[in-house]
Amino acid sequence: MTTLPKSLRFKMPAEATPLGFRPAPKALLLEIKRLRKHFAHGDAPAVERVSLDLGEGEMLALLGPSGCGKTTTLRMIGGFETPDEGTISLHGEDITSLPPEARGIGFVFQDYALFPHLSVLDNVKFGLRKLPRAKAVARAQEMLALVGLSGLDARKPHELSGGQQQRVALARTLAVAPPLVLMDEPFSNLDAAMRVETRQEVRKLLKAAGSAAILVTHDQEEAMAVADRIAVMESGRVVQIGTPDEIYRNPVSAFVASFLGRSNILTGTASGMQVQTEFGNLPLSRAANGAVSLSVRPEQIMLEPDPDGTASVVGREFRGHDQLFWVQEGERCMLVISGAGASIEVGSKVRLRICDCVVPLA
Amino acid sequence: MPRARVIFSALGLAIGGLMVLPLIWLVMRAFQADLATVIDMFTRPRTLQLLGNTFALVVCTLVLATAMALPLAWLVSRTDLKYRRVVNILAVIPLATPGYVMAYALIGLSGNFGFMNQVFGFTIPRLQGLWGATLALALYTFPYIYLNLRAAFSGLDQSLEEAARALGATPREVFFRVTLPHLMPALMAGWLVVGLYVIGDFGAVALMRYEVFSYAIYLQYSAMFDRVYAAWLALMLIAIALSVVWWESRLREGAHFARTGSGAGTGRRRLSLSLPGQFIGWGFVVVVVLASIGLPVAVLSFWMVRLDDLPTVLPALVRAFSQSLSVAVPSALMAAAMALPVAVLAVRYPSRLSTFINRLAFVGYAVPALAFALAFVFFSLNAARFLYQTQFLLVTVYALSFLALALGPIRSALYQARPSVEESARALGYGPFSVFAKVTLPTIRPGVVAGMVLVFVIAMKELPIAFLLAPTGFRPLSITMFSRTSEGMLMEAAPYAAAIMAFSALFVGFVLRHDKKAG
Repeated sequence: MTTLPKSLRFKMPAEATPLGFRPAPKALLLEIKRLRKHFAHGDAPAVERVSLDLGEGEMLALLGPSGCGKTTTLRMIGGFETPDEGTISLHGEDITSLPPEARGIGFVFQDYALFPHLSVLDNVKFGLRKLPRAKAVARAQEMLALVGLSGLDARKPHELSGGQQQRVALARTLAVAPPLVLMDEPFSNLDAAMRVETRQEVRKLLKAAGSAAILVTHDQEEAMAVADRIAVMESGRVVQIGTPDEIYRNPVSAFVASFLGRSNILTGTASGMQVQTEFGNLPLSRAANGAVSLSVRPEQIMLEPDPDGTASVVGREFRGHDQLFWVQEGERCMLVISGAGASIEVGSKVRLRICDCVVPLA
Repeated sequence: MPRARVIFSALGLAIGGLMVLPLIWLVMRAFQADLATVIDMFTRPRTLQLLGNTFALVVCTLVLATAMALPLAWLVSRTDLKYRRVVNILAVIPLATPGYVMAYALIGLSGNFGFMNQVFGFTIPRLQGLWGATLALALYTFPYIYLNLRAAFSGLDQSLEEAARALGATPREVFFRVTLPHLMPALMAGWLVVGLYVIGDFGAVALMRYEVFSYAIYLQYSAMFDRVYAAWLALMLIAIALSVVWWESRLREGAHFARTGSGAGTGRRRLSLSLPGQFIGWGFVVVVVLASIGLPVAVLSFWMVRLDDLPTVLPALVRAFSQSLSVAVPSALMAAAMALPVAVLAVRYPSRLSTFINRLAFVGYAVPALAFALAFVFFSLNAARFLYQTQFLLVTVYALSFLALALGPIRSALYQARPSVEESARALGYGPFSVFAKVTLPTIRPGVVAGMVLVFVIAMKELPIAFLLAPTGFRPLSITMFSRTSEGMLMEAAPYAAAIMAFSALFVGFVLRHDKKAG
């Protein structure tokens, strides 16, 4: 791993912002309008009218289950797939029909795609063909130092560990200082511990280089940890876009609610900012009327031991800092997160109370 | 559509066209005859006899070759036969003896001055006809069936056989109801290769004076100058070859032999042979090896020893060798150059068009060599006179005919090269063609080299195409050796046969090396 001083390791990233704070809009870098892609006749479109925009230096995660069209969207931005409809512009210039080499957009592949026949240095130097040789070497070495791989210049890719290969791939992409870097599941080939460490490093490197980035992932934790904004995709469409906490707090649909974190879905009858449910009258996060589905996060539910309670604990998972309960209430099984302190055994009777406003879903 | 794709498609179509268009001139020449003549040609007793002979030769060769290959494959992959690694190599070495050299060895046994009379003191009649041709071809081609069967034996999930035993089947029943059906796809793939080879073979049948289609085409073309009949015979030969290909693919369709279920396949346990079993097994191996390797080596050494004025022969030998080289080297390069765009189309731009082009690439392999060469004779005589009997045309026909050989390793190398590696070069600012040169080509180099070596070695010993398309004065190893043998000059043919065998041994070494890597 990189040789970061120990004191830096667990600090908040410098650019971390207080929850709910929205940074002032930056100059527009990338604008995607109504992108559409259909692969095989008869199949549903892979990407259906996706529109996105991205500011300079911003990091966006495309989050969704496999097959939702996120990689196809990314590959269309990179120029590796041609959209059937829609436009992509970079710096206000239409690049929809440009070949990949003319776009100046960096791409980090899931398998890193290092050139197996070239050394580490030659890999990083590969994109610097316009520079004179000496300058290209210097720049490549500078990039390798930046990712903490100085001294491995002469190695071949297959002599590196997965994490090192990943950083060579990043150095190779960042060497040409692209305004935008696209990353397709960049951390999925790393083991769990490396993943957490690497993703913060990558975020720092990108921010330091001033490059904007779009990251494709199916891992909601990764998306929330790395991205400034998240676009959640489902069946080829972007269903919600916003900062991680906006989406977590205000999911627009049951799909988003359960894809980003865990969620209990209830039904109720809403009128204005109130909703009538089996848990009583609850406040709503936004106005709604009539029959609605509601999202209640597990940590929004209080669990109180009560011998006369109508609910009973059917499962428990102790997780150290907190614990997860499955609670049967009539026909319904609810997911509840409580602090590590409460000692409630499986089988005991409890009462559930919802203690925050709930989110009406579309 | 990306520009690279357009250009690769255009190249692929051009190569496919080159492969198929000359066949049109073959058809045109054939249809110069009026209907009555055509009907007469088809119903001539001689045509029917040729058909019967060809069929008999294919069946006999397949039976004999399978009878050698199946027990060998079983012994090597399913029993604890001692030194089975050695057997594995011995079973592939016969590929080093081309059919016409094997025929030479069989013929060299006979006669007053032959091997048998001089060494053992009794004369045997000259081997010829169906049995001679069958022996020559089966002794040379059985390794193709062996290699396929061995791969199938090692891919066969043993738990299937065990399940059948547990369900009450006897070992005999298991073999016929479980093992054999699973070996069928491999067996048929081997039969296809050998069958096509036998249908197209010219050297061995000509030396054995057995009248099958290719021999008759040669006679018609070179001796009787009835080119219309030769064209018809060539078309019939192509029809036979294509029906064999079609029949094989039909049989393979709908067969499903992969294991279903997700359980781990059991490891392989070998049948433990008793001491007599080991003897019987090795006895079989010895018989096959004596016939397929010992025979040509012994007969060749016999005649070589008799050759007392080797220094005077040497210059001619070197000349023939360099003539072979002068065609084989450019053929290998051209075949690889043609295979590259076809392989790129198949792997990177799959579409109906690229599938079609890849099918066309196999035409030269499936169409019997003599018929293929004849098509190019007619094509060059009528449409491109300046190419007739040039080295360039011979090289081109070799490249087309062996394109499939070069295509195999290049295509598999491309399949292993990840597209993302090429895409990252694109993202770093390189156009599709510089990516191909700077990234793709270095990555697939081993496959390209393998493809070139295969074509090179095959072209070094090729006979029928050289016969029809040889430029004036072109006398490579194969033609020299063949014409001396057919004139009964066995001693004079020996150094050429030895050179061909030594060179083919390289090919076998190459196959063995790849085989080891693959398995």
